[in-house]
Amino acid sequence: MPSIALLDTGDGETGHVEYAGFIGGNPVFAMVDGTAHLLAGRHREITLHDGLLAAARSWDGNLLLTSGEDGRVCALGSDGGVVERNASPGKWIDRIAAGPSGAIAFSWGKKGMVLAGQTQKPFESERTIEGIAFAPKGMRIALARYNGVELVWINTSNPSQFLEWKGAHTGVSFSPDGKYVVSTMQENALHGWRLSDSKHMRMTGYPAKVKSISWSAKGKWLATSGAPAAITWPFSGKDGPMGKAPKELGAIGRILATQVACHPEEDVVAIGYENGMVIAVRIEDDKEALLRREGAGAISSLNWDDAGKRLAFGTEAGEAGVIDLTQ
Amino acid sequence: MSEAPIETSQIPVTVLTGYLGAGKTTLLNRILTEDHGRKYAVIVNEFGEIGIDNDLIVETDEEIYEMNNGCICCTVRGDLIRVVQNLMKRPGRFDAVIVETTGLADPAPVAQTFFMDDDVRAKSRLDSVIALADAKHLLLRLKDSPEAEDQIAFADIVLLNKTDLVEPNELERVEKVIRQINPSARIYRTSRADVDLKEILEQHRFDLARAIENDPHFLDMDDTHVCGPDCDHEHHAHDHHGHDNGHDHHHDHDHECGPDCDHEHHHHGLDGAIHDTTIGTVSLRGGELDPQKFFPWIQKITQIDGPDILRLKGIVAFRDDPERYVVQGIHMILEGDHQRPWKENEARQSRVVFIGRNLDREKLERTFAACAA
Repeated sequence: MPSIALLDTGDGETGHVEYAGFIGGNPVFAMVDGTAHLLAGRHREITLHDGLLAAARSWDGNLLLTSGEDGRVCALGSDGGVVERNASPGKWIDRIAAGPSGAIAFSWGKKGMVLAGQTQKPFESERTIEGIAFAPKGMRIALARYNGVELVWINTSNPSQFLEWKGAHTGVSFSPDGKYVVSTMQENALHGWRLSDSKHMRMTGYPAKVKSISWSAKGKWLATSGAPAAITWPFSGKDGPMGKAPKELGAIGRILATQVACHPEEDVVAIGYENGMVIAVRIEDDKEALLRREGAGAISSLNWDDAGKRLAFGTEAGEAGVIDLTQ
Repeated sequence: MSEAPIETSQIPVTVLTGYLGAGKTTLLNRILTEDHGRKYAVIVNEFGEIGIDNDLIVETDEEIYEMNNGCICCTVRGDLIRVVQNLMKRPGRFDAVIVETTGLADPAPVAQTFFMDDDVRAKSRLDSVIALADAKHLLLRLKDSPEAEDQIAFADIVLLNKTDLVEPNELERVEKVIRQINPSARIYRTSRADVDLKEILEQHRFDLARAIENDPHFLDMDDTHVCGPDCDHEHHAHDHHGHDNGHDHHHDHDHECGPDCDHEHHHHGLDGAIHDTTIGTVSLRGGELDPQKFFPWIQKITQIDGPDILRLKGIVAFRDDPERYVVQGIHMILEGDHQRPWKENEARQSRVVFIGRNLDREKLERTFAACAA
């Protein structure tokens, strides 16, 4: 098994690890109590929020973007510096997404804001915004909400496009080539649309809600949680996963997969489970490697470093650590 | 039918309903300021009225989600799912959650959220639904608003508030109407919502098995006779905090109605001015039941009549089963589990109470009788 460095995150009152990953190559862990732990040479504890609700890494990999119960949006740098990007006291800013060229989008309730360069663009939806994603070229954002996904242009006043599908959509993602939009739902299902013709893709059959999805490096696969395995859908054909069965990777006993993270270069998926276990599986031949045995809580965040040599993980019990695959 | 969730470290959630002006804000202010040694996270629709600075007060917009299963009454509160999930990521910050609903809210989606969402269900449990009722205005509200009636019908606890603003006979009348709509709720008379908070918070009132243990007569209401102003027998409310006066129940229990009773089973109004309540109760009684008949029966009833059934509560004695079975439901959601062994001196009787609209008493009685072992 590879070596695991565990981080002491304090008194156990931190709550879930909302984000575990790397900025500027340094491990970073953001806890729901609003503190961040940065391992850049030494262990630094930085208070970002009075209650943290969401976190995402900037596309250049150098910043951790966070939002909180205090209505603030912060950008944490790998040197430990914090820049406040927004302040709306009293609002719970519970969704945040990063885009190309340093763009950020965040939302509270039915309202949200895009910050891109000098542009500040507010946006609003009829229903509460439950998920945000930037299109690969950064021209549009997708908003997941009740009964569908809205595609909103950032730099033009063109009307937004509504992709309708009944039910509550709780998260959204573009495929890396921008051809598909996939949402996670309140029901135990994913829904997808091919953007060229708005054709529907139903991805159902999960025993639990899908809370984590991850596109493989070249976008050929979409790995998902919500089952006692990483359900991994093929997106290489022109019809996406339509008419094809997904792969079930890392089916170990009946333990629910809670987080998935595709390797940055190879077709390999890291899977975190509800018992705290972490494994990596090669998609091609299902070859598995155990990376961490079970722990005190379900894996709540899991991300690779840019080189694909280290994995940062965090759990619902507040455990945090780095798995080094080179050792 | 799903098994009741195992109680572990689930955070208790109390839902506060009631019309505008009934006293919800007064009660919330007491919960937030009194020295009771407990920390409450409060989910409200408007910060505005509370006027207390507390970082555990969360504002949300009530947002009803229909589940994608083709069932029109399977609705949940999307905003609650989000907020509860966020709150539960940080255990240790508070002991319990209070959800305040708007005056016009239907309580069912709030309660159903705690059964239909797996994440919410895993981390929290519905402790009780409390309805505040303004003693002076409730009867008018009931006339012009079905929501007010739903709130009373749905409640585990009713705070009959602002009692200082009405005469004693008026208060009796209001209480009787509440009892007519919801025979099993615990009623507290209050002014300025001055109930002992220990009586209403974290008391497991929604949990039927617990409620029955705490009050063995919980489902003993016998609605075959609805008390009217002309009745000459005693009719005091089943009012637990004034329980020292020797009469446990306002209804006559000398006669145990069963499926074979041949007397009239109709509600009649209490008073010309107020008899237009649309919610009624059907209380079924029987002996031992056959599980092979009972489960298909109750599932069919809730599938077909679910939209009209607000609450359903039952204790069932199955043939050859040493344990008693407790079942409860909201619309089409059913939950049941074995509770405990029957005691030796306990009559092995089955009781099921439906609270709802347009309930077909004859059909319910006939089909229930057919479940006999």
